Amino acid sequence: MTQVNRLTGGQIDRNSTLNFYFDGRSYTAHPGDTLASALLANNVRLIGRSFKYHRPRGLLTAGSEEPNGMVELRAGARKEPNTRATTIEMFDGLIANAQNRWPSLRFDALAVNDMFSNFLSAGFYYKTFMWPAAFWEKLYEPIIRRAAGLGSLSMQADPDEYDKGFRHCDLLIIGAGPAGLMAALTAGRAGADVILADEDFTLGGRLNSETFSVGDHSAPDWAAQAVAELSAMPNVRLMPRTTVIGAFDHGIYGAVERTGDHLPSLPTGKPRQILWRIYSQKALLCAGATERPIAFENNDRPGIMTASALRTYVNRFAVTASPRVAIFTNNDDGHRTASDLHAKGVKIAAVVDVREDAPLSYDYEVLKGAQVVNTKGRLGLSFVEVALPDGSTRTLDCGALGVSGGWNANVHLTCHQRGRPVWNEALAAFVPGENLPVGMSVAGSANGVMSTHGALRSGAEAAAAVLDLTTLPDLPEAEDAPIALKPFWYVQGCKRAWVDQQNDVTVKDVKLSYQEGFRSVEHLKRYTTLGMATDQGKTSNITGLAIMAEVAGKSIPETGTTIFRPPYTPVPIGAFAGRMTGKEFHPTRLTPSHHWAKERGAVFVEAGNWLRAQWFPLPGETHWRESVDREVRQTRASVGVCDCTTLGKIDVQGTDAAAFLNRVYANGFAKLAVGKTRYGLMLREDGMVMDDGTAARLAEDHFVVTTTTANAVSVYRHMEFVRQCLFPDMDVQLISTTDGWAQYAVAGPNSRKLLQKIVDPEFDISNEAFPFMACGKITVCGGLRARLFRISFSGELAFEIAVPSRYGDALMRRLMIEGKEFDVTPYGTEALSVMRIEKGHPVGNELNGTTTALNLGLGKMVSKKKDSIGSVLCERKALIAHDVLKLVGLKPVNPEEKITAGGHLMNTDGPVDSAHDQGYVTSAAYSPNLNSNIGLGLLKRGDARMGEKMRLVSPLTALTVEVEIVSAHFIDPEGERLRA
Amino acid sequence: MIINHPLLGPRDASEFTYLGDASLIDRPDGMAENAADAFYDYAYLRDNPAGEHRELWYHEAGDRSWLVVTRNTLTHEISKVELARDVARARGRTK
Repeated sequence: MTQVNRLTGGQIDRNSTLNFYFDGRSYTAHPGDTLASALLANNVRLIGRSFKYHRPRGLLTAGSEEPNGMVELRAGARKEPNTRATTIEMFDGLIANAQNRWPSLRFDALAVNDMFSNFLSAGFYYKTFMWPAAFWEKLYEPIIRRAAGLGSLSMQADPDEYDKGFRHCDLLIIGAGPAGLMAALTAGRAGADVILADEDFTLGGRLNSETFSVGDHSAPDWAAQAVAELSAMPNVRLMPRTTVIGAFDHGIYGAVERTGDHLPSLPTGKPRQILWRIYSQKALLCAGATERPIAFENNDRPGIMTASALRTYVNRFAVTASPRVAIFTNNDDGHRTASDLHAKGVKIAAVVDVREDAPLSYDYEVLKGAQVVNTKGRLGLSFVEVALPDGSTRTLDCGALGVSGGWNANVHLTCHQRGRPVWNEALAAFVPGENLPVGMSVAGSANGVMSTHGALRSGAEAAAAVLDLTTLPDLPEAEDAPIALKPFWYVQGCKRAWVDQQNDVTVKDVKLSYQEGFRSVEHLKRYTTLGMATDQGKTSNITGLAIMAEVAGKSIPETGTTIFRPPYTPVPIGAFAGRMTGKEFHPTRLTPSHHWAKERGAVFVEAGNWLRAQWFPLPGETHWRESVDREVRQTRASVGVCDCTTLGKIDVQGTDAAAFLNRVYANGFAKLAVGKTRYGLMLREDGMVMDDGTAARLAEDHFVVTTTTANAVSVYRHMEFVRQCLFPDMDVQLISTTDGWAQYAVAGPNSRKLLQKIVDPEFDISNEAFPFMACGKITVCGGLRARLFRISFSGELAFEIAVPSRYGDALMRRLMIEGKEFDVTPYGTEALSVMRIEKGHPVGNELNGTTTALNLGLGKMVSKKKDSIGSVLCERKALIAHDVLKLVGLKPVNPEEKITAGGHLMNTDGPVDSAHDQGYVTSAAYSPNLNSNIGLGLLKRGDARMGEKMRLVSPLTALTVEVEIVSAHFIDPEGERLRA
Repeated sequence: MIINHPLLGPRDASEFTYLGDASLIDRPDGMAENAADAFYDYAYLRDNPAGEHRELWYHEAGDRSWLVVTRNTLTHEISKVELARDVARARGRTK
């Protein structure tokens, strides 16, 4: 049984046969087929099970509007769920599987849901699972997730590559049907820079599905000829397999090009899809129209499709859904389907037309004023029941039913900038209204011009209008039939008649929504989930609205419509990610000593974009604490070196440099002497601490400012704001030099001795000549320019030395060689952190955006003698109340017990709850110098509570530890080591 | 969106960082007597117009200039782009 439903003709290549697999069975197809047409050719009507009720479902359409015919495409890591069979271009070896069925497609155990449909109607989530809340997560949700839903994920990383690109054009034409092709010809011949994008792999749109002629050609031939002429134009770019997914601001469009989905496997280095950002001067939407079905009892059986889809399968793909087909229509276009099918030898059981004055045919029977009232067939259609005007019923034997309820203009992209479609009475459809996206115009059936000749003319006119052309090209002759339609949405009395097949929403659900008071279109949508599936209700929204309008006794325009948002069709997340995956998600910044640290076996940690050495394990060290404790002890006992290049560095120059810093920092900078460094505290305007760092005055008009690693970018941005927006006449320039200088902290009692070995002899760095907080330009290693700062984060005698970045690696190696006699150790961020906690220096944990200078014990630094950023609002009443949080040190009474950052502090007695909260722990570490766990925290009136015992609690981890409040300066509180 | 930079011409909005209302340029004098009230207004009270809005954008991935962009918050239409420094000077800010 191969391709029993294949007819003659069509746009498929019969010289070549392709093999494919659906649900484990092997079939054949031809190039030019979609998976959908190939399945129909092989008489496969049953494709999947529905979302809620697990009803057998097949194809409804032949295009991207498909709500039903979804499969899991490909296998292994490339498996892609919920892929529309109607848009999958056939290739050899294609593998697809049915989804949402268990144990098999033909027998699905969960089809039992269908029998309980009364319990699963509109709003069932809200009604059934209200109480008790605890059951939701453990009981209801897993059951619903098992029962409802569609495809399953591979749970593996996507192995394919995706890309992003940017294109520019005078005119972007969206859709290459008759209107789009004619517009492109008009604009292309006039020399405009044109992009013509279409989601299909063959350009031509509806023309490929029709038998009438355009000019002297068949419709598909005319389309092919137009495409050939356009391909030859250097100013026209054709983008087949490209869906324009959204209209964004200022003429920017998003488009997804499927560069590899039609290939059995991707050539190496080729992306599977490309997300294009198209910058257009003007755009012309020629997205066509979508036929809508009519709702009637059991209208969701496999074999029941839109009439135009049947016509597409027959004309374009040479496939009929069944040898015997009936049509149910309210308009003349349904009859065109019947005559096209008849011409191809398909038996027409009858055309059921709701209109009393329906046109007759010599070729087949037309039942005027009749309606389809029910259907039969367990896994696919076998009979339809028709009610005749005289009250009698008749049964038609057929394997497929084509339904035509009229055509909806594809207005989606016109809504992406809040445009609201307007109702067109003659079409009984919404067409684009005002407030289109800037630069967009609409042509063809997307604008309600439904005839072929009308579409050609409208495309040419729209392109001419956009480009200010005075003459139109000659238009070919083509059908120009008027609209002949009687609005008809659903068969009266039906209940289980599907409106939205993807989300399993029936006519009854829409009526129930009205009954229960969810009457606005927005409520209808959310209560019933009508139109909320991946197809965004392309075949269902208008029918739903019409039913709502009818029960409300209103007109459709009075009822209103929901609007659409991007994307037009689903887009894989991979396309949005592009190449920004894994390690490429953000740039990785390496410190100048990175390669050297790697050779030393350092363990690295991500700090923003930076990779920093966290610790340097030595052979025999089995636990990170061993390494870190050793680095701390060695540094405090002799000397250690740490790469601190990642701190932000901002060069501030100009005659007003000091005055500028005086505004930016809360403490004074005007009087800082040349050759001196000062700790600087930066506030936000609301009085909270923004950042801290140092500013070194290298010359009267030259400072070097450091920021924390995390805030390097935002502090620079802030300083530029102050410079340009607040004090525009200050003579000051800023430049970020973070990457320009490699900077190392050299800390410990032997740090000076070590540096003296590399600093050139003409520079005296003795305590007298180069005291604590000194800074200066020096040279090292025989003439290399460098900067030296005597500043300390560890609390030891310490320096920071900076050399141009390219010498950073060499300097680190040299320091290690020269430091051998002092037993020098490199130390990483962990040891750095331990030492700063021992010293009570605040970092990001404490500068957390909710703390003031007063909280951090730095209140006296905020100068009252000058106006600086944040100096006014840090004085707000609540921020200076007597019980504000103050930075304290914490020690467990039993030194073995752990301090947990994030834990909260409670009084020794009394309840443990937020009302009695006294503060919280910000930082914690083990101090190898104190042989105890220690921490820093913020405690109400903390400075007045030294020696007090408190409970440190973490209810989440059931932790309670008795701690003592101590000074935050655990080591050398008088600062004698710094000044040694 | 596309911002027509006064020095560099049309640039994609992704090159910029947004701050907010351009009234942030009008920072009060912190030494004035009514400074507390003036700063409360400055830091916390903003208009939130449905329509034309003057706002600060920073060309972070570009020339690092701060711009005052006049943008319609309903349509995103940008009707004017100025260097914030020029706006600040015009509003009387100096050193």
